[in-house]
Amino acid sequence: MYETNYHRASSIDDAVAQFGRGAESKFLSGGQTLLPVMKQRLAAPSDVIDVAKIKDMVGIDVSGDTVTIKAATTHYDVAQSDAVQKAIPALANLASMIGDPAVRYRGTIGGSLANNDPAADYPAAVLALGATIKTNKRSITADDFFKGLFTTALEDGEIITQVAFPIPAKAGYAKFPNPASRFALTGVFVAKTKSGDVRVTATGASQSGVMRVGPIEQALKANWAASALDSVTIAASGLLADIHGSADYRANLVKVMGQRAVTAAG
Amino acid sequence: MLSAFYNIAPEHKLRVIAPDVGGGFGSKIYIYPEEMVALWASKKVNRPVKWTGDRSEAFLTDAHGRDHVSKAEIAFDKDNKILGLRVKTHANFGAYMSLFSSAVPTYLYATLLSGQYVIPAIYAEVIGVYTNTTPVDAYRGAGRPEASYLLERMMETAARQLKVDPTELRKKNFINQFPYQTPVIMAYDVGDFHASIDAAMKAIDYAGFPARKAKAKASGKLRGIGVSCYIEACGIAPSKAVGSLGAGVGLWESAEIRVNPVGTIEVLTGSHSHGQGHETTFCQIIAERLGVPISQVSIVHGDTDKVQFGMGTYGSRSIAVGGAAIVKAMEKVEAKAKKIAAHALEASESDIVIENGEFKVTGTDKAIALPMVALAAYTAHNLPDGMEPGLKETAFYDPTNFTFPAGAYICELEVDPGTGKTTFVDFVAADDFGRLINPMIVEGQVHGGLAQGIGQALLEGAVYDDTGQLVTASFMDYTMPRADDLPSFQLSHTTTLCPGNPLGVKGCGEAGAIGASAAVINAITDAIGNNKLEMPATPDRVWHAIHG
Repeated sequence: MYETNYHRASSIDDAVAQFGRGAESKFLSGGQTLLPVMKQRLAAPSDVIDVAKIKDMVGIDVSGDTVTIKAATTHYDVAQSDAVQKAIPALANLASMIGDPAVRYRGTIGGSLANNDPAADYPAAVLALGATIKTNKRSITADDFFKGLFTTALEDGEIITQVAFPIPAKAGYAKFPNPASRFALTGVFVAKTKSGDVRVTATGASQSGVMRVGPIEQALKANWAASALDSVTIAASGLLADIHGSADYRANLVKVMGQRAVTAAG
Repeated sequence: MLSAFYNIAPEHKLRVIAPDVGGGFGSKIYIYPEEMVALWASKKVNRPVKWTGDRSEAFLTDAHGRDHVSKAEIAFDKDNKILGLRVKTHANFGAYMSLFSSAVPTYLYATLLSGQYVIPAIYAEVIGVYTNTTPVDAYRGAGRPEASYLLERMMETAARQLKVDPTELRKKNFINQFPYQTPVIMAYDVGDFHASIDAAMKAIDYAGFPARKAKAKASGKLRGIGVSCYIEACGIAPSKAVGSLGAGVGLWESAEIRVNPVGTIEVLTGSHSHGQGHETTFCQIIAERLGVPISQVSIVHGDTDKVQFGMGTYGSRSIAVGGAAIVKAMEKVEAKAKKIAAHALEASESDIVIENGEFKVTGTDKAIALPMVALAAYTAHNLPDGMEPGLKETAFYDPTNFTFPAGAYICELEVDPGTGKTTFVDFVAADDFGRLINPMIVEGQVHGGLAQGIGQALLEGAVYDDTGQLVTASFMDYTMPRADDLPSFQLSHTTTLCPGNPLGVKGCGEAGAIGASAAVINAITDAIGNNKLEMPATPDRVWHAIHG
């Protein structure tokens, strides 16, 4: 690891101010991606601004039709939250499957979304549930937020403060973990909104990061049942291929995990 | 090695201290260029130099293992008795010759191709290939997993083609008479292969498998069962034998026993302990012989200024060779101590027995405790005429034969046809390691070996991309087996005592890694009904094997 300056921010405003003072600043939340890549010398920020201890950045609130999770809330806290388990059990279940216990105790939802790893779990839920990402500057819909591998709509120095999830009628997540990293080799999130719309996303599968899965959405709109996907074919073109899974294998996983997500959603 | 061949420093000026080094599994046997560079740099700058290899560097430069491509044919007569085996193997050496690179796929591999079977004719051709990979050398089992895997995949394949039960085909061809001279150098001293497979079949309820398979099918899972009957040559090795094969060293082991003036005992062994538990097992040997508490005995290893020259820990040899050296040294210590005791007790040396830490005149209540014998040896006030003071003996033990641990593993698993993922249902291991000194340590060794054998079968593999970059250079990409990848193992033991060493032991360190892989792949190919499957059998590969 190269030398860096560490700052613990006391408030969101303080974090933004500190960020502006560094030559090449990075926000640090759970550090489950940033710190390993700094250790490998793949990233060398001049300043890291730790936002994990800011009071306004941690907490879960359920009111009306919305679950709001503040950005520095850990995966463990989301997984364990009675309120989330009751309102959107698929979201709590997804959080419980991220990484391993050590990762879940430190890693946060805001950090995961800002990083937008193409195999991370949260982007699948955020996009499928049509969540809204709130920052220190504005609100960004999930449809506008994810811009491809490790790329988001966030501007330099913009910080995610919370994520608001509309509570769906039904939702389910099924993940096939990469056997080595335990990221999603492919994870599929299915959601049926209270207005009857169906949104299905896959993570870990596409070369462009989290994606909507049109053929599955169409099939489920017609018939919300795992068997409705029997005749669906997922194209392998544009899907990731690596030592753990070829593109046609991932295409199969999108369908099979889609079926299992529907079964899990009920 | 450093002083004899690399002129780094004269041997008496060179001190290597390596007490606790983590695991080894073969990869720490060799001298690596980085170690040479650190020594050279230290001389150059005249200061201590520290070198630390990080995990990715270890992936890149520590010797890799296995990597054979083999073509094999096996012939049976009309009664399903094996007539012959023909094997052609291409073995990857990597880019540079490492210490055992050429021995692993030859002397440690082809010599075990007879397995547990009577095979009248065996032809083995091995072509060592230099490639642009990291050097490939000994890794837990070293040649023996490759031999066992090949033969056990062949037996399973043959049983399927001959349409006979794979356990029946194996039993029909088992070696029943010992000693048995194989056509590939090895002469097996003792064994009971039927006992192992019967124990394994009983433990897994082999007879009940078809019903379990049918039940699994009803819930959409493909269930399979796979057998692997391995034998390995351990206790490596008679120096004469390895010398005749071209080895540059003898493979004996040394031990020095120091009985201190107060009666505590230090054992200096050349068998370094890096997780094998020698500190317990070796002490037990001494404590049991003398009837003293184990706390009175300690093991000294891993420091060249303390320990006499030794040959080291590898090839499951520590107990069979290092342990035997300790017994030989103990016999000398005991003989001298008996003389001292007999002198002190005014008895005949032949009447002295050792019990509960005392030297007793048999049939009497006359006794002298070990600390008093030790004190007498060091005060030297009243020793038999002509006896040297002190109580310290050294022995070098050179084995007369290899030892032959053997066993039967059976694995039952389910494959998810939707994803190709394998889930274990049961894994039984019935091993014959000869006498067990410490059953709990043996159990731990088997667990670890099975984990590595299963890792090889399902998860692990060094992968290079088209430009020669190692893709699996971190644990994000290299699939290390973790607890949730593994079943709970059911272990049992059958015993035939090894006649070749004073302890009757065979060694247990590599068995799991040698026998497990074939059981797993035999079970998966049984489950999916397609015999074409490469290791590691990742979900992707298994899914393609099912769906084409």
